[in-house]
Amino acid sequence: MCWSLRFCWAFLAVYGADYIMNPNNRNGLSRLFYNPTARSLFFQALILGLLLYFVMTIVGNVMTNLNQRGISTGFGFLSQPAGFGISQTLIEYNETFTFGRTFFVGLLNTLLVSFLGVIAATFLGVVVGISRISPNWLLRKISMVYVEILRNIPLLLQIFFWYYVVLQTLPRPRDSLSFGESIFINIRGVFVPKPVPDAGFSFYIALLVAAVVAVVALTIWAKRRMRDTGQQFPVFWTSIAILFGTAVIGFFITGRPIMLDYPELRGLNFRGGITILPELIALWFALTIYTSTYIGEIVRSGIESVSHGQTEACRALGLNEGHRMKLVILPQAMRVMIPPMTSQYLNLTKNSSLATAIGYPDLVSVFAGTTLNQTGQAIEIISMTMLVYLTISLLVSAFMNWFNRRVALVER
Amino acid sequence: MTQETGNIITLKNVNKWYGEFHVLKDINLDVKMGEKIVICGPSGSGKSTMIRCINHLEEHQEGDIIVDGVILNNDLKNIGQIRKEVGMVFQHFNLFPHLTVLQNCTLAPIWVKKMPQKEAEKIAMKFLERVKIPDQANKFPGQLSGGQQQRVAIARSLCMNPRVMLFDEPTSALDPEMIKEVLDVMVELAGEGMTMLCVTHEMGFAKKVADRVIFMDAGQIIEENDPESFFNNPQSERTKLFLSQVLGH
Ligand SMILES: Nc1ncnc2c1ncn2[C@@H]1O[C@H](COP(=O)(O)OP(=O)(O)OP(=O)(O)O)[C@@H](O)[C@H]1O
Ligand SMILES: [Mg+2]
Repeated sequence: MCWSLRFCWAFLAVYGADYIMNPNNRNGLSRLFYNPTARSLFFQALILGLLLYFVMTIVGNVMTNLNQRGISTGFGFLSQPAGFGISQTLIEYNETFTFGRTFFVGLLNTLLVSFLGVIAATFLGVVVGISRISPNWLLRKISMVYVEILRNIPLLLQIFFWYYVVLQTLPRPRDSLSFGESIFINIRGVFVPKPVPDAGFSFYIALLVAAVVAVVALTIWAKRRMRDTGQQFPVFWTSIAILFGTAVIGFFITGRPIMLDYPELRGLNFRGGITILPELIALWFALTIYTSTYIGEIVRSGIESVSHGQTEACRALGLNEGHRMKLVILPQAMRVMIPPMTSQYLNLTKNSSLATAIGYPDLVSVFAGTTLNQTGQAIEIISMTMLVYLTISLLVSAFMNWFNRRVALVER
Repeated sequence: MTQETGNIITLKNVNKWYGEFHVLKDINLDVKMGEKIVICGPSGSGKSTMIRCINHLEEHQEGDIIVDGVILNNDLKNIGQIRKEVGMVFQHFNLFPHLTVLQNCTLAPIWVKKMPQKEAEKIAMKFLERVKIPDQANKFPGQLSGGQQQRVAIARSLCMNPRVMLFDEPTSALDPEMIKEVLDVMVELAGEGMTMLCVTHEMGFAKKVADRVIFMDAGQIIEENDPESFFNNPQSERTKLFLSQVLGH
């Protein structure tokens, strides 16, 4: 009995497979098997099925466990009062606000440090990348050492370095480093004056808007003039002059519409002005410097990926070095740089969750940390937090993909 | 300066080294206005290096190079001046892949000569017609055949209205059936009186258009003559050997 069963199986396995796999058997099944669309559909359905089964099993298990322990599920906790303070809040917040509010406070803090990090890391990275291929020997070596050292030290360690080694050695509030009695730096952070709108503020804003409009108009005019007459115009410097000039002169003719609220030492700490937390500074510096090493390498390899023949063609045509970079090399380097840049931006955003280590109140620290501890709603909170990072990532990717398609080369 | 002799290009005792390696040895060459010169020689003999020195893609260390009365030294202004007058066509075309054919042709006139876009486009279309591909103007280089790309490269150079054209093996990266379409354009250009220096192994082209054929070996000009005598009555042994190899099969 056992033997005959085994024999049957072996027979089926050998001949059945052979029958199905043989393309000469033109019956429905094998045709389906060899149809690439049907085949890929089949495997996708299979994977989806397995995934669903897996998720259902987990969810089922969790629900039973939670019920047994008497933990309530759902998002009701979001409207309960939080009862704890947060050291940096970009929107109004105090202990009486809800847990839902802590979510947004944390989210905004994450977005703030990520945004600052992306901007600074891009800027620094481009400088480093260009220095890496500069004809200047010293610059080349310095930037190489910078990259090699800083990208090989773990990010967490760099955050600790800035926080504990650099910022914690600053003086106490009483002995603050002071710049013109208006900016103060001490162990509690950086204190800068806070601009407060005064009479004539809206008029001042209107002036600034007008200046921006003028710059846009100037750009369009210069482009059109160049197309029609070939004359070039220093748009960049003129724009800077217009914007800066309006900001300064406009400030005085509208009667100084911005008051400054200066930080002042009261008791043990400063009051008034804007406080920039040392946690934010440490995290920002570390994220910026660490990511800039990678961006530097991306910029360098992007520029190097453009063949030398392009440079020779530019020179043979008499284009100068600036035009060569701007019109020929960078547009081509961009298309190589964009995909890895995207992942660096995403890495930076995700790495910002290391904030927890030094107590910067980012989303993970505030929401997936304190709020989770106080409510015990692990599943809801962790999934909300994960969803946030996923959404940010997908949005950034979508934007970068769109941008990438715009600069892609047309090939045959 | 050299104007009175009627020479547009003069190389006087030009020497060049790559590190220890002596690539160009005492090169002397005078090119008259409207002259067509074909340069040939074995691989590595320094042909490319010599013509690339003329528009300063390579730097020479000794001797003088004078182009249209302007002496070539490290002065950026002189280099710019000379590059405006000297066009160059490369073996691998070196078109700008992110720009259309038309934009490839108008880029330098717009940015270097500060020409209005409309005018630059008009001139570009004129030269694209000359190289017989006006209908490809809005395509990208990646969408064209090798022969078409090389013709765009020629048109791109001509748009700067150069007085001299340098060609560095313009057909050696092309399939046989495309070589003719490029050579036809070059023959036509020669017929219009353009001064041309052309590194090529196309001996048919040399016989047809060259006023002078120059044979280089190991960094030296070994022999120069009119095509008739060069091919039928070569003087040096090395030239004979080279010709038997090139024409032999
Ligand atoms: N950048 C460089 N550094 C060092 N040596 C070089 C460099 N460029 C060229 N050479 C050497 O100089 C010599 C002359 O090169 P060149 O390209 O001028 O030869 P060519 O006559 O054009 O040869 P081909 O017919 O193969 O193009 C060669 O031996 C080459 O190896
Ligand atoms: Mg060569």
